Amino acid sequence: MAVATRPAPAAAEDKELLISGSEAVAEALTLADIDVVTAYPIRPYDTVMQAIAKKIANGQLVAEYIVAEGEHSQFEIVKHASTVGARVFCGSSGVGWAYAMECLVVTPPLRVPMIALVGNRALDDPGAFGVEHNDALFVRDLGWLLCWIDTSQEALDTTLIAYRVAEDRRVFLPLAISADGAFLTHSQALTLVPPKEKVDRFLPRYNRGDLLLHPDNPITVAPQANEDWVIEIRRQNNEAMARAYTVIEEAYAEFRRVFGRGPENPWFEEYMTEDAEVILVGMGTISLPIKVAIREMRAKGRKVGLVRLRWFRPFPTDRLVAALSGAQALGVIDRDYSFGSPFGSGVVANEIRAALYNAARRPPLLSFICGLGGREVTLEDVYKATEMCYGAAKAGKSDPKTHWLGVRE
Amino acid sequence: MAALISEIVYRGIFQKNLASRIARGIVLSARKSGRWGIAFGRYGDSPQRNGIPAKDFAIVADTNEELEQNMARYEPKHVDITVCVDDTLAKGVESWAWYGLQPINRLTVPNGTVLMTSLQSVGELLKDIHRRDAPYKLALIRAKASFSGLWVYKEDHTEVRVLGALAKIAPAFLSLDGVSQAIAEMEWGSDLKVASARKAYERLETRDVKPTEGNAEIPYSFEMPKWWEMREGVTIPAIPVGKPKEDGKGYVPERNPYFKKFTTRTMRPVVNFDTCVKCTLCWIQCPDSCFDVMPDGTYDANMEACCGCGVCEAVCPVENCITMVNESVFEDNASQWEMWRKDKDRYRSWMAEKIGDKKATVRSHGFRFRGQYEQELVADLDQGGVEITAGIPGENAQHKTV
Repeated sequence: MAVATRPAPAAAEDKELLISGSEAVAEALTLADIDVVTAYPIRPYDTVMQAIAKKIANGQLVAEYIVAEGEHSQFEIVKHASTVGARVFCGSSGVGWAYAMECLVVTPPLRVPMIALVGNRALDDPGAFGVEHNDALFVRDLGWLLCWIDTSQEALDTTLIAYRVAEDRRVFLPLAISADGAFLTHSQALTLVPPKEKVDRFLPRYNRGDLLLHPDNPITVAPQANEDWVIEIRRQNNEAMARAYTVIEEAYAEFRRVFGRGPENPWFEEYMTEDAEVILVGMGTISLPIKVAIREMRAKGRKVGLVRLRWFRPFPTDRLVAALSGAQALGVIDRDYSFGSPFGSGVVANEIRAALYNAARRPPLLSFICGLGGREVTLEDVYKATEMCYGAAKAGKSDPKTHWLGVRE
Repeated sequence: MAALISEIVYRGIFQKNLASRIARGIVLSARKSGRWGIAFGRYGDSPQRNGIPAKDFAIVADTNEELEQNMARYEPKHVDITVCVDDTLAKGVESWAWYGLQPINRLTVPNGTVLMTSLQSVGELLKDIHRRDAPYKLALIRAKASFSGLWVYKEDHTEVRVLGALAKIAPAFLSLDGVSQAIAEMEWGSDLKVASARKAYERLETRDVKPTEGNAEIPYSFEMPKWWEMREGVTIPAIPVGKPKEDGKGYVPERNPYFKKFTTRTMRPVVNFDTCVKCTLCWIQCPDSCFDVMPDGTYDANMEACCGCGVCEAVCPVENCITMVNESVFEDNASQWEMWRKDKDRYRSWMAEKIGDKKATVRSHGFRFRGQYEQELVADLDQGGVEITAGIPGENAQHKTV
């Protein structure tokens, strides 16, 4: 009766642990041998700082662990540590991330490859701990690389990939990994942890080169500048973000080569999209109810698929357009809001609308806002969204109005 | 093709580590037979508060796809097994997040099992456990509730005894050998703990419960408002000012109608109104404002609001005027003062019986004297687990070294 679809790992190879997404990140940080980590507690990110503290206390990781007096200092400290050549990590959630905003803003122009874990959390008020994506999306315009993860395994793998991408000299940009509060940060799943030798083969040392702040390399970082200089600096940032496309592609290919797993397409997961009439789009752990609902609907003859976006910055415009434009209708399910935006839609829906503007074929697109504050996205919500998409497919056009699902009304 | 869904209902903080070990133990035991699994806590319970009921869940399934099928929920709506590690939770469960009162067996599927650690008889427990519309099984591990704290853990083998019992209840998913193997390998496991698990497997008491049995009381609940019914600006009406108890005398505050809190209680204060000196300390110091002022100036702990923290007992200057007594020996939340007013002799004998029961006045959490932990541990293990001859029952020593 029992079916093990994955054989137990061979000795000295990957070991299997029952760990949460946060603990998986801490495993990756240990393997990446980080140098400086700053911490300031806020749920659900705090589970990561606890897991790292345990690693250091157990002697499994040697790193400077600095508990800051607030998120502002927390991000400021690692920014400086990174400029002197330290591999750094920090993170936050919700309004904690917001409190660090000034430091988040200065990190991309200084070309600091800081890795941050955002445990996605609803912004106050009301004080709530459940997931919304608005916190990480604060920095979407600023030069931060942004990705969303879905499982403990992806948490571990993506953290390793993140260092390789951010610390690549062609990029040198901060990178925030977003993990849905509760669903990922607090659930323990079976996760493969690779041996250190493999990670060493994949992840080169952080080399800051001519940007290293060191007495042997005298430089001034961040002198005051006026209109004669600023736009050129922004242009450089834009170029680094553009180069990230290639670097991300390379990193995933190399990851697959070294670890023997990982996705072919770094940018998004495609689930049953090949013959899909309706494609739903979302980010993070929302994929779980959508996938289960898709299996149920397919059993009844509804050809539905899912595109789960992993990378939001840089935005995989071309590949996404190619993957989506063949569908009869699209339904974008946002776990965020953007009040007063075009059509009152969520952030992802409007990004995809913009991406499709020049496409040869533009399927009707419906925008849904769902699961805010950690509200469960039910199978019924997904069925309802899908049926509305089929309605738009039949009509050949969509009402741009945004639909809120799962609200008491 | 099948899945097993379990919930572990526990006391926040006091049993956090216990519940987490059980949930992880279920997944790791099932993994021994190639199953997939996930263990998680109910996020809405966090941050946990002392004693406030909380839940962990463990789901194991034959395939990853089936696991996803059952995970595609914020939390399970039905469970095959409800594990309850404190029998005072038999009175119902109210999370701090304004959920209303939920019977302990609310999620248990028809013919599913409620597994409880308890020293009470089935009859006594069924006075507390709410009636179900379907039959289920009540399985008992003979042990008192294992309480510790966030940073400490009471090594009385409760976690492995629960796992051993689960092997008896759901052998298709958790074989006794699989459970034993997982316990032996776990960082907190040991051969001694494997022996305790096997004993619990052999000694488990199970009894069928019919839909006609149990507490007939309808648990309190409330309707949540629609978005357009809620006041804007994240504001809620304040709790209104209270009223005199009667004839303009005394004072009874109004209380939050959405969160009564009393299922947090593992002990309750029993008040001797004859010796009360009306000093106001219990009333002032109670962190939950649970005391109502009576017309005669004494203070009645309102059992719909009392969390059972024991501060009143600690601050009361009169010896034996307030005594904390285990919640399991009470059957309702009726007013002690009203009972006293009605028939003083009857109240005195009722009170003497409650506070005279030395078993019921042992504190459920915290200790009264140095050495109590070691003393209790030996007694607990003699009763249900493996006898300890020296030291604290061992964990796998090799996991403790770096």
